[in-house]
Amino acid sequence: MITFLTKGLIRDRTRSFFPVIVISLTVAIVVFGSGFMRGVMNSMLLDTAVILSGHEKVVTRAYSEESQLMPNDLALLGSNELIKRLEIEYPEFFWTPRILFAGLLDVPDQNGETKAQSPVIATGIDFFSNGSRQVEIWELDRNIVEGVLPKLENEAMISSKLANQLGVSVGEKVTFIGSTMDNAFSTYNFDIVGTFNLRKGQTDKQMMLVDISGARNALDMDNAASTILGFYHDLYYDDKKAVDFRSKFNTLNSDSSDIFSPFMLALRDDNQMSTIVDFSNAMLIIMGGIFLLIVMVVLWNMGLMNGLRRYGEVGLRLAIGEPKGHVYRSLVFEAFLIGFIGTIIGTVIGLGLTYYVQENGIDYTKGMEALTNSSIIMPNIFYAQVTTDLFYIGFFPGVFATVLGTMLAGIAIYKREMAQLFKDLES
Amino acid sequence: MNIKNSVIKFNNVTKRFPVGGDYFIALKNIDLLLNKGEFTGLVGPSGSGKTTLLNIIGGLDSASDGNVSVLGQSLENTSHNERAKVRRKNMGFIFQSYNLLPVYSVFENVELPLILNKIDSTQRLKKVNQAIEWVGLSDKRDSRPSMLSGGECQRTAIARAIVHQPALVMADEPTANLDAENSHHIMKILTNLNRELSTSFVFATHDEKIMGYLKRIIHLEDGQIKKDQLIKNPKFS
Ligand SMILES: Nc1ncnc2c1ncn2[C@@H]1O[C@H](COP(=O)(O)OP(=O)(O)OP(=O)(O)O)[C@@H](O)[C@H]1O
Ligand SMILES: [Mg+2]
Repeated sequence: MITFLTKGLIRDRTRSFFPVIVISLTVAIVVFGSGFMRGVMNSMLLDTAVILSGHEKVVTRAYSEESQLMPNDLALLGSNELIKRLEIEYPEFFWTPRILFAGLLDVPDQNGETKAQSPVIATGIDFFSNGSRQVEIWELDRNIVEGVLPKLENEAMISSKLANQLGVSVGEKVTFIGSTMDNAFSTYNFDIVGTFNLRKGQTDKQMMLVDISGARNALDMDNAASTILGFYHDLYYDDKKAVDFRSKFNTLNSDSSDIFSPFMLALRDDNQMSTIVDFSNAMLIIMGGIFLLIVMVVLWNMGLMNGLRRYGEVGLRLAIGEPKGHVYRSLVFEAFLIGFIGTIIGTVIGLGLTYYVQENGIDYTKGMEALTNSSIIMPNIFYAQVTTDLFYIGFFPGVFATVLGTMLAGIAIYKREMAQLFKDLES
Repeated sequence: MNIKNSVIKFNNVTKRFPVGGDYFIALKNIDLLLNKGEFTGLVGPSGSGKTTLLNIIGGLDSASDGNVSVLGQSLENTSHNERAKVRRKNMGFIFQSYNLLPVYSVFENVELPLILNKIDSTQRLKKVNQAIEWVGLSDKRDSRPSMLSGGECQRTAIARAIVHQPALVMADEPTANLDAENSHHIMKILTNLNRELSTSFVFATHDEKIMGYLKRIIHLEDGQIKKDQLIKNPKFS
């Protein structure tokens, strides 16, 4: 009987080939859609993570209380050793030191007199270390407007907005005026080697980027860091794990009576970020849920229709003495088989597509250029994200809904008196 | 009539269909005995209950009241599966609209009842070829139903109905979709099978051509048997 049914299944393309195609496509769309939405939500979080908070952030307890003020007198000391420890104990992340500092930027004329001055918010990031991924995550290769990246510790990049405001251009010198971590007056000369535009609205209005070594020199912060940021290697923020890690770290390493003991914060612990994280999770669940529901209804219907279309065959098989349960099970098994094959194919396609977009992104820069002026915050490249649930999410519509539809069709046929089946057949 | 030879026995059978909140009585107090080797027709005007009676004989529908026995076994209180088994082993069906499975060849359509009866493949090959030969379709063995004429389709259906050599074959208006020539061809085949295999046939029909072959005619009207007629010398055959 199995051979007999298999023959029919393979020959009848409306029962095998077409449903497999429909299920594959639908599942591929579900898988890719989920991965893509996740990637888009993640890129919203990633902006904040790159500029400010990391996926995890280690600071001193005291610093965390007053982080708005960039209190470098409360910075982490012995940051290199701490980073080494974090790399060993929390290898899920790559760790990088940051110094955030604010002050004035002074542009002198030929005579050394002040030509222009502006407040500046500077970030010392790790440009130079081997394997540092800072240039990558800041997307500086793409965001650079003029000039080059810093190669020396006294070289700096400033945002093109700040450059315009100050009327400086690449090749000029500027003087940073601020205070060291010991609150002593400090001036430090930087050569402007490049300008950048992060294309995130006003975020970079007063921004200067220097190598962390330059920041350390300027502020007298040898082997110190304002924060140490950790990023998941795939740059995908997993909130649950991040929260677990920071709780574990704080229990083991943070001493609430010592204001200089290190303290870890997950992305969601930062100002307002919990709302955004929760919102993006809720959006994923709601959008994903609605999407999944629609698709399930579609496939459920297909299962139902495919089952009902075989009314004639079912009636005949019953008439010539095949037991009802047998007929019913063979219909359901067939639906399961088709659903399973379709889902596997669809999941492979969907994952492949998601992976491709995860690695390469969909670049909207060209298309958006006309629309995007500098005040609109919009990610320029959308990345998708392959997560473990993408491997099984397709089975809900692909197998579950298809089989359910067929089961209902089967029950409808089952319930009908056989004599009635034939009356329907004759007409 | 000999009880031992009885294939079907109806004892005071009534069939009611629920219609709205009420019942429609399609068969009223039917007593009937069908013997081995009969070639019987149920005739009567449309709505008289021919199909209903045939369906109950075949176990596709069940009686509301009274008792039905098939081959000496009462169908009362039998499960679906038990009735399916009776059909699988002892009955064949021929329908007005053939009901062939379109994706299978003539051979495979005819093979299905044997597969259900778990006959092994060498036996199947032999029996199917023989059945196809009886109906004269050996040259169309591997054709799909869509490539056959109406007469050929019905001959395939006949082969399917008799391939497992059932005791009883039921045919509901088997010639209604066929022209005169094909109708006669089919009735000749059935008459031969009746003679050679002593399979019993029961027809539901109002086709005059069929009536010329029948050896017994049961007249139905309003769900009741009005006349039960034995024909000594049928017009054809
Ligand atoms: N499932 C049902 N529900 C209600 N009434 C039914 C049902 N099946 C049959 N009937 C009624 O029972 C009566 C007998 O029907 P049946 O189909 O047996 O007639 P028939 O003699 O075969 O007619 P025809 O020659 O037109 O095929 C009809 O009046 C029909 O309307
Ligand atoms: Mg009828």
